[in-house]
Amino acid sequence: MDYAAARCRDIIDIDVDNVRRAAVRPRAGGRPGTAGGRRPARSGRQRRKGRQMRSEDDAGRVPAEAGEVRREARAWIKEHLDPAMRLADWLEVLADSGWAAPSWPRRWHGKGLPPALAAAAQEELAAAGAPGPPAGLGIMLAGPTIIDHGTEEQKRRFLRPLLTGEHAWCQLFSEPGAGSDLASLATRARRDGEEFIVDGQKVWTSLAQVADYGMLLARTDPSAPKHHGISYFALGMGQPGVEVRPLRQMTGDSLFNEVFLSGARVAAGDLIGELNGGWAVARTTLAHERTSLGARVGGRRPFPSPAGSRLAGQREVTVAEFMARCRQRSPGRTSNADTSMVAAGAGPLIRLAADLGRDADPLVRQELARLHTICQINAWNGLRGRAAAEAGGPPGPEASLGKLMASQIARLWRETATLVCGPAAMLAGPDGPLDGQVALQALAAPGPAIYGGSDQIQRNVIGERVLGLPKEPDPSVGLPWRQLRAGPAGRGPAGGGREGGRS
Amino acid sequence: MTTFVFTAEQQELRQTLRKFLADHSPPAQVRRLMETEEGYDPAVWSLMADQLGLLGLTVPEEHGGLGCGPVEQVVVCEEMGRALLCAPYFATAVLATGALLASGDGRAQAELLPPIAAGSMIATLAVAEQDGAWSARGLRTRAIASPGGGHRLSGAKSYVIDGAIADLILVAAQADGGPSLFAVRAGAPGLTRRPLRTLDLTRKQAAVEFDEVPAALIGTEGAGEEIVSRTVRLAAVALAAEQVGGAQRCLDMSVEYARLRVQFGRPIGSFQAIKHTCADMLVDVESARSAAYYAAWAAAQDAPDLPLVASMAKAFCSEAYFRVAAENIQVHGGIGFTWEHDAHLYYRRAKSTEVMLGAPAEHREVAAGYLLGRAGQPPGRPGAPGGPGAPGMPARPS
Repeated sequence: MDYAAARCRDIIDIDVDNVRRAAVRPRAGGRPGTAGGRRPARSGRQRRKGRQMRSEDDAGRVPAEAGEVRREARAWIKEHLDPAMRLADWLEVLADSGWAAPSWPRRWHGKGLPPALAAAAQEELAAAGAPGPPAGLGIMLAGPTIIDHGTEEQKRRFLRPLLTGEHAWCQLFSEPGAGSDLASLATRARRDGEEFIVDGQKVWTSLAQVADYGMLLARTDPSAPKHHGISYFALGMGQPGVEVRPLRQMTGDSLFNEVFLSGARVAAGDLIGELNGGWAVARTTLAHERTSLGARVGGRRPFPSPAGSRLAGQREVTVAEFMARCRQRSPGRTSNADTSMVAAGAGPLIRLAADLGRDADPLVRQELARLHTICQINAWNGLRGRAAAEAGGPPGPEASLGKLMASQIARLWRETATLVCGPAAMLAGPDGPLDGQVALQALAAPGPAIYGGSDQIQRNVIGERVLGLPKEPDPSVGLPWRQLRAGPAGRGPAGGGREGGRS
Repeated sequence: MTTFVFTAEQQELRQTLRKFLADHSPPAQVRRLMETEEGYDPAVWSLMADQLGLLGLTVPEEHGGLGCGPVEQVVVCEEMGRALLCAPYFATAVLATGALLASGDGRAQAELLPPIAAGSMIATLAVAEQDGAWSARGLRTRAIASPGGGHRLSGAKSYVIDGAIADLILVAAQADGGPSLFAVRAGAPGLTRRPLRTLDLTRKQAAVEFDEVPAALIGTEGAGEEIVSRTVRLAAVALAAEQVGGAQRCLDMSVEYARLRVQFGRPIGSFQAIKHTCADMLVDVESARSAAYYAAWAAAQDAPDLPLVASMAKAFCSEAYFRVAAENIQVHGGIGFTWEHDAHLYYRRAKSTEVMLGAPAEHREVAAGYLLGRAGQPPGRPGAPGGPGAPGMPARPS
């Protein structure tokens, strides 16, 4: 799930072999080539939980009209955006204006806007050609979690640097033995004076190579039942006890990592939430992750700026240079698998079918219409959820569907592309259709049904939280964690069960 | 009029109707009426007109109606689909009223809409013939101008919804000036009607034969194709909403049963096999709802992409409803495929409406016409008259 987050996101594109070469990646593809987009879907960010975001100091604020927000954003951008300024300076100005994270509370660098209006502001940044705030898990997950659960001091220390790009974040949640059953995690944090010492292993960690901080879940009380002995920390990644090793995906890319923690240290002041109360904090992070992983259809977003101290050099360029580089890198990028082509909907395949002379084939026509329909419906589900939120109602069931539909769309896109291309679907890279995107998407399609909470877990969540069906009995819930049975992956290097290896 | 945001009045309409249907169309009443020849309860029909004004929902106020639009129609059809109401509402208030409004014929509207709104005239629209296509192209039913004025119709229509009980049948027929719409009264000489046995027990259909039946032209000669495609397009959106309502009821039944039914010492809803089935049903229901609602607002704004989104909605809602209705039976196990359980009534409605007004594949082909153009031609602009995808429904095979 950690991998999750970055993959579908605003996406910094990391070249693992040479971090300094890492650059910002735009979304591939355009809007669907249809005349049907009269009311275009906006951004996938629509799903962010405005409810929580606004709780602090904006309760009762009447949502402004989108037009008003757009005018205000446009005016502000016009006044402040200077192509000659350093990107790093622009990010500071942007962070302090509230337009970097407009859905955050006003007190904490935001504008207290509901998600739909925050998305409108993003579109204005994009339209003006302004660099966006840093992409990645800081703004998406760490920020909202700290706003909900952090102390005043932690908010002061962590929130602004993740908006200015000073700090990049990763998510240290999943472990080899704790995937869907995240609460069974075995990484330990032991108190040592004013610090905790952390030992264990994390996996599927996106962006760990560049992260300054990790959202760390670690076990602080092995004798408590599994949900009750976990704490949530902001772990500094740049220390000797943290070792990051890239994992290679089936696409050939290395976008996520294993993280080995051996005697890593974290200050007691970097505990987020209560000691042993980390599960509640983790649930906030997971909720933001789930709601922001729906397939994104349409909507313009600004090129995100590079995040993290290790990419500081990339923020030394001028705004103009940065935007020129983004535009230059955007066409025909094929080096990293991503579902952004899928996010473009049926449009690229409709054009491809025409180019290949396949658009008269009744089967091709059926499947393209089917794909276009499901992509549009996914966007409409989002718009409907957004409309409900703006009208002040509770989020309806439609808000829970995006993640599940995103993985369905990825598969349908793959199958439709194969149908359109025929034998050419065997070819990849520069020899393959859509400059290799068809082959790449075929390889990227299985991922979305797993990362960020598998399809099966999503169905459990929908079944239990939306439909109110009874939970599956979990015999491990009430038992002390140290007595739980661990599968092979959950055993430590020394072998043996938890009882022997981990206490 | 913000897309996806119902006004307080629209929400109140839904609540009022839901309560009305709970009182007047409970399952026992549905079962009683489906066994009757007429398939509806005249007393309830009168209440729908007098108490709720429903039969004039989209009829302009000057003709005794409420003057509402497609969004209200979607609310109403969704609730009726949920309750599986047995009544000629779809035929009268969606198809026939829609055709009269689309005809732009002020005289016919002034004559026919007030009795429809008052509940004293059941009406329907007869377009499909033996081949079942809801298009006015290639019609075999002929209209011959009578020497003394008026026309006489000859031919046969099928799949006429509530055709056996309708007081008024609006008929698409081929006249000298092209496909045109005509009004035929019940009891007209030469008119023969035969009720058809239908898969869906809760909505009746009839075969109707015309042997030189006197008929009055509605609108102008040659306007039939435009009237029919416009009417069918809006009716497809209403039917999609009806499917959403039915699908929601199936999901509700499944969830309720899965919570209560215990096997192996646990409610079956705690097993992932059942829980995940229900979750997939929810995805279908909510997605279908978004599609039908989006199409409703597109219709209310007479948006240029209405023909595209109406077909997308009808195709998706049809398949979603059937999937959900079929899974509902599976979740219920043995009781689910008995006559006594209501699951089969929804299953029947789902399968029947899946093909009514065009099967999903036909609607996808309509959508493909807008996205890809007709084979070998550039894509058409939705709504552009005569554009490649312009007709609301696929043409009859010639």
